[in-house]
Amino acid sequence: MDSQHLNPSSLKSRFTARFLRALIKINAQKPISSSSPRDIFQRYQRIKVAADKSMAYSVRSRRTWSRATLWKLRSRSRRRLASSGRRSSIKTRTTTTTTTTTTSTNHRAAIVEKTSHEKENKEDHVGLAVQAEELRELVPGGESMDLCNLLDETAHYIKCLTTQVQVMKKIANLYSLE
Amino acid sequence: RRSRSKQSSVSSITDDQITDLVSKLQHLIPELRRRRFNKVSTSKVLQETCNYIRSLHREVEDLSDRLSQLLASTDSDSDQAAIIRSLLMQ
Repeated sequence: MDSQHLNPSSLKSRFTARFLRALIKINAQKPISSSSPRDIFQRYQRIKVAADKSMAYSVRSRRTWSRATLWKLRSRSRRRLASSGRRSSIKTRTTTTTTTTTTSTNHRAAIVEKTSHEKENKEDHVGLAVQAEELRELVPGGESMDLCNLLDETAHYIKCLTTQVQVMKKIANLYSLE
Repeated sequence: RRSRSKQSSVSSITDDQITDLVSKLQHLIPELRRRRFNKVSTSKVLQETCNYIRSLHREVEDLSDRLSQLLASTDSDSDQAAIIRSLLMQ
């Protein structure tokens, strides 16, 4: 991986540009003199949200997990606007999770139908369906994915998270050099 | 017979597909990458995947925390512009 030349259309540079713009905006919001613990915590929240949001936006809606993240962030800001009294009613959309249970049951049944040759594989994979529950909670939108998509989305999600961490580390190091 | 073929058409996910996806995950997890030639159980891969995602989340939180402290101590906009320029030109 050549880190010397940054491809302007790469995920990494899209994320970096977005996140830096967000950081500058956050920094401009409060005068630097006010660094009370509360302000710092608020800034921490904003920075964390900005990081997750920047990554999800850089991926756009090409991935289920990024769509889920963007939807979550939008509904959270909608709720905040509503509670601040600007709107009289909150419009909430509920995701249907009924499809999840039917799909996973079907898959589990289909897996059990395999021959004894694949018994070792089968046992592995039946346990997989159950263990995937933990993974579903960690990957945004994981609850409504079938097993195959979940594994695929997880791989992409991990790649993006590592990029996010890499860039944030670099920015923090640069800031602390001053 | 009919029900069996019906079941196999429902199972659009093959074991091979799952095995492939799981091994793809294995390559992404630093903990498991070096054990590439030893068989790592699917269950272990999933477990380590969850652990790895959690540690990445924690890193994001720690870095956000660090950045919030650092932002509080920096001032001029010109410094930030220089940082951006150097980052984007790398």
